[in-house]
Amino acid sequence: MRARLSLLLGAISAALVAFALTSAHVVAADKVDPVADAKAFQNFFFQKFPNVKHEDFVNGPYSMNEDLKRQWQEKEEFPPYEFALDAGKEMFATPFKNGKTYADCFPNGGIGIRQNYPYFDEKEGRVVTLELALNRCREANGEAPYSYVKDEMASLTAYMAFTSRGKPMDIKIPDDPRALAAFENGKRYFYTRRGQMNFSCASCHVQSPGERIRAEILAPALGIVNAMPIYRSEWSGMGTTSRRFVTCNSQTRAVPLEPQADEYRDVEYFLSYVANGLPISGPGARP
Amino acid sequence: MRKILSPFWRVHSPDCQAMSFVLWNAPVSAIATIATTPRNDALTALSRMPVLFLLLAIAAGLARAAQAQSAVADGQKLAFDRGKGNCLTCHAIKGGDLPGTIGPELKDLKTKYPDRNELTAIIFDETKRNPQTMMPPFGRNRILTEQEISAIVDFLHTL
Repeated sequence: MRARLSLLLGAISAALVAFALTSAHVVAADKVDPVADAKAFQNFFFQKFPNVKHEDFVNGPYSMNEDLKRQWQEKEEFPPYEFALDAGKEMFATPFKNGKTYADCFPNGGIGIRQNYPYFDEKEGRVVTLELALNRCREANGEAPYSYVKDEMASLTAYMAFTSRGKPMDIKIPDDPRALAAFENGKRYFYTRRGQMNFSCASCHVQSPGERIRAEILAPALGIVNAMPIYRSEWSGMGTTSRRFVTCNSQTRAVPLEPQADEYRDVEYFLSYVANGLPISGPGARP
Repeated sequence: MRKILSPFWRVHSPDCQAMSFVLWNAPVSAIATIATTPRNDALTALSRMPVLFLLLAIAAGLARAAQAQSAVADGQKLAFDRGKGNCLTCHAIKGGDLPGTIGPELKDLKTKYPDRNELTAIIFDETKRNPQTMMPPFGRNRILTEQEISAIVDFLHTL
């Protein structure tokens, strides 16, 4: 009897220990650790493509294919985004009706700061992207906001990116549970399959970069935002980060969100943070 | 072979079905004739029967071959159609231009998958076997109907 009782007690305590161990493990897995995530994310690409220089990942498909890279370098002699760059520079310098300019809305007059966007606004409790900050600047000065996907918005961000070229991406995640939640939400959005085609962002840009989808070479997710905005031959024009997300969703037959929806802001926050240290290369040109 | 089949080749499958319906009516009317004609004539009618059945069998065989051919042709069309199977986006396939490189080349599939149910299952929802796959679940997500998948399997078995 006593033996049986001790056996039972032993089994119960073993079960308790096992339970404690697994629950501790679950807690550890649930902990949001952006530093570890960024390291793992970068190492994945560095190991998958040992011959690609780290700073080259920001050049998307051109980092994956020598022929394409040569064509692109030739094209860069007369970059297709130049018209947008010129327009953006002029717009940036032109005062609003109230006499103020974009420079009044941004640190350092808006020059060389693109690598700090998006940032987490602790007052608002949400992620603020460069595109959002630009439209807020306009509205604060009595101007109508621009479309988030192209034209003026792409020109303005092209100019601001150009003034930051070469500067390493430098996204901060403040010690605020809401910032960690935004990062985690962006990460979840990135890895979740959706749409009729059942693709996640990661299906193409983590599992298959360098592979061809028809004639197009898939870009690595690492550094993909560093090149924004981009001129795409496929679009015959410029597109912003918002446009990139919207078209990715519609091309995989998912329902696109509104530009600057929380999920898009969070996924941009996630993608930018894990690209920390890689240079800004925007505006870019893509096939 | 292609030349011999060419009149059938152009026939759409509904017509094929209509034709076999007409052909199937033949023995019925033959039997009806036997039943209503006097005994002597019945003998001659019976002696004609094997010829009739032979002709019928040949015609049915040709119709079936034509149907199979047209399923293969439909399958290829569906496989190459960007709005349907769009298989070329990821797979190299003989006869297709600008293939992608994400999936393996589609060849020797009859050897690799002699059981067409296996190919059907892969196209219907490959995530069941391999949760990490890039392959869209064409059946589960209603990108293709069951008949369309079946036609594509017919085509894949010719590669």
